[in-house]
Amino acid sequence: MKDNAILVVVARFLIPLMMLFGLYVQFHGEYSPGGGFQAGVLFAAAWILFVFIYGLETGLRIIPQRVIYTLACLGVLLYAFIGMLGVILGGNFLDFHPLLDAPRAAQQAGIILVEFGVGVTVASVVMLFFLLFARRRADSEAAGLDPDAADDVETDRQ
Amino acid sequence: MVAVTVVVTRDLLKATMLFAIYSLTIAGLFATLDAGDVALTEAAVGAGISTVLILAVLALVPRHEKRQAGHSLPALAIVTVTGAALVYASFDLPQFGHPDNPVQQHLAPYFIEQTYPDMGIPNMVAAVLASYRSIDTMGEAVVILTAGIAVYALLSPAPRRRQRRREHDS
Repeated sequence: MKDNAILVVVARFLIPLMMLFGLYVQFHGEYSPGGGFQAGVLFAAAWILFVFIYGLETGLRIIPQRVIYTLACLGVLLYAFIGMLGVILGGNFLDFHPLLDAPRAAQQAGIILVEFGVGVTVASVVMLFFLLFARRRADSEAAGLDPDAADDVETDRQ
Repeated sequence: MVAVTVVVTRDLLKATMLFAIYSLTIAGLFATLDAGDVALTEAAVGAGISTVLILAVLALVPRHEKRQAGHSLPALAIVTVTGAALVYASFDLPQFGHPDNPVQQHLAPYFIEQTYPDMGIPNMVAAVLASYRSIDTMGEAVVILTAGIAVYALLSPAPRRRQRRREHDS
């Protein structure tokens, strides 16, 4: 859809805005509605819009598939690592108090870090879903299977 | 009304679009109930991403639902009885939003009173999710990763079986 001027202009305007809003929801989640989950979905939505306009190959050049796999795991590992850090520094699992001296600042730091882990995982898993379904479509077409054609066969039989 | 049309229609694309509208309506309902976090999630996930993902699935399958012959009467009876029982039980629920409800008496006062002294942040939902109940949230993150792995396992092999059936047909 690269040739459609309206779509390209609107998307160029919207994609940075969506990513900015995603970051806002991510890091302002303690003060306003939001958090890692919503931010991850917004970030992935911006990437999916980019893929709609510029094609899957361009989208994968920005975030390669291998990076998506790695980020999906790293998000969960970051969460677990923050939890283990509490144990190493002499507290319970996922206890944020030992992270910093001031208890409130420690809690806030812990919340921001684990929410960031959730956000990274959600964003990359949603991207992965979309990527795999889009790939599947391309593969089926390459194999000479047109799902719409199957639809026609179905209606013929009725 | 929208929900009934989603169930009745056989055009899956139409159902997907109506489902997105339904999610957006629910998100508006959550927003009017002052549940900002849930409204944001519903708008982003329900109306946004799941619609895109369902469309991606629809690109792989035929657009119209197959017509099933006949209806199951026992199923209709069970659904009617269960629905009637649930509606009957809903009359016994405490009044909506009343401060003396059990749900307002148990843990909610603790979170309302302790969140600011403990964490110094105003959003109680974030405090409960990431700190008081952070093991639950870690479980959620693991569930999401597992879902990603499951979709990868299902979709990454080349589409071979359908191809073979096609050859068999012709």
